[in-house]
Amino acid sequence: MTRNSIVFDNVSYNFGKKEIFKKLSFEVPAGQTVGIMGPSGTGKTTLLRLIGGQIQPDNGTILVEGKDLKKIKRTELFELRKCLGMLFQSGALFSDLTVFENVAFPLKEHTKLNGEMIRYLVLIKLNSVGLRGAAHLFPRELSGGMQRRVALARAMALDPKLIMYDEPFTGLDPIALGVISNLIKDVGSVYECTNVIVSHDIEETARISNLLYVLSEGEIIGQGSPQDLKKDDSPRLKQFLNGLPDGPVPFHYPAPEYMDSLIGMKNTERAIIKRGD
Amino acid sequence: MLIHALKQIGRLSLEILSSMGRALRLLSSALIRRPDHRNIPLVIRQIYQLGVLSILIIVCSGFAIGAVLALQGYTQLVRVGSESALGLGVALVLVMEIGPVVSALLFAGRAGSAVTAEIGLMKATEQLASMEMIGVDPITRIIAPRFWGGFIVLPLLALMFSVVGIWAGSLVAVDWLGVYSGSFWSVMEQGVNFFDHVIKGIIKSIVFGFVVIWISLYQGYDSLPTSEGLSTATTNTVVFSSVWILVLDFFLTLMMFEL
Repeated sequence: MTRNSIVFDNVSYNFGKKEIFKKLSFEVPAGQTVGIMGPSGTGKTTLLRLIGGQIQPDNGTILVEGKDLKKIKRTELFELRKCLGMLFQSGALFSDLTVFENVAFPLKEHTKLNGEMIRYLVLIKLNSVGLRGAAHLFPRELSGGMQRRVALARAMALDPKLIMYDEPFTGLDPIALGVISNLIKDVGSVYECTNVIVSHDIEETARISNLLYVLSEGEIIGQGSPQDLKKDDSPRLKQFLNGLPDGPVPFHYPAPEYMDSLIGMKNTERAIIKRGD
Repeated sequence: MLIHALKQIGRLSLEILSSMGRALRLLSSALIRRPDHRNIPLVIRQIYQLGVLSILIIVCSGFAIGAVLALQGYTQLVRVGSESALGLGVALVLVMEIGPVVSALLFAGRAGSAVTAEIGLMKATEQLASMEMIGVDPITRIIAPRFWGGFIVLPLLALMFSVVGIWAGSLVAVDWLGVYSGSFWSVMEQGVNFFDHVIKGIIKSIVFGFVVIWISLYQGYDSLPTSEGLSTATTNTVVFSSVWILVLDFFLTLMMFEL
């Protein structure tokens, strides 16, 4: 029987009055690379925050590496996070630490390795993302794409069981994109690590994923291997995969009729225009 | 109209109560966490950041205020021929009142606002979230060292402020205005009691340090992750700290000096 790294069982989550997920259920098998795709604002980053236990669902159960996130204590959650890695969309590097110190941070915090061993490991991780030469630099001295590569090295520092990637391909040049996507794939296959990739990049995500989920309006509109999804005739899925503006998946955020908005200006809108904001 | 006003009052009250709850939760989390010996260097670093880097502003302000107190005191006391009590007056005012209060106000402006801005920016750039995901609790790693650092340094800064102020007062009174040195220091020595005056001043600055660093940490940790949110949080730190220092000063004076 396949072991699941992540299980979502009827998970609902609301942000204010907006319903982000409606009874969402899916599994991420251990050791697989799973891509989660969907239009902007569909809650992909929120999904990763739920998996990381940074926010709690309103209803439903989330199991990560067999632990129910609603039932475990705060100390157990931090213990669990030691075997998780996460690449944030912004990189989220510690701005007062150098590149080397950023990657060394999890190793210093969670291992008893000596300084020389930590140095070896950091240099190996930095070399894998092509930034060994930038070890002495501060994050502010790097481009956005380079910061994300350092963040990737940091996420992999402890060789976690599960790594979550929030838009890992954004802001990378074609060479870095190829190297990083292969690196993610290799990490999954060599270390038997589970990869969860949240991305808009359909082509690149499909290339390295064993399983894809497509999210829209709080629910899964398609799932399966990249080949299965290509064959799927669902109009919502086809619209997303082919990048079509018109279809069942709305491009516009919920709003009144366009003409009504243009003609019937509200007092608040009038005040904003008058202020020149 | 009345219902609308009541709704607004209700909403505001709920916001204040919820904010107080979050502030108490942050404080209790920072205090309750099991101390980690690895955090001692972080506390020392904060003592440097919050304390040592504030010394210049504390020394300059203490000097200026001590000199002004001596000048003002002299002009009044010389009329009744009591200029020999000038040292006592300067010392008591500095040790019991101005030292703790002004150093706390300066601390809120320099160190408190810096703490708020630093933590608020860490939140806005997801550094706190990434630390959590690495399995390191930001309360233990970021909040607690700053809390202890700020709590430890303010009483020391207040003492330094008072000492420099008294020295500046002696320079003005003795070396410039010609007050007899022996009476300046001996009257001060007789009138200032360590337990009645100095310790009570230190207690005041301990309370102010606790409140200022708590407000600073909470405002940063609870700030909205936007430029406006950060600016509001920094302003709130200085404004709330200043008001609380002055209000608490009144009640502490009332309690400690048995008026």
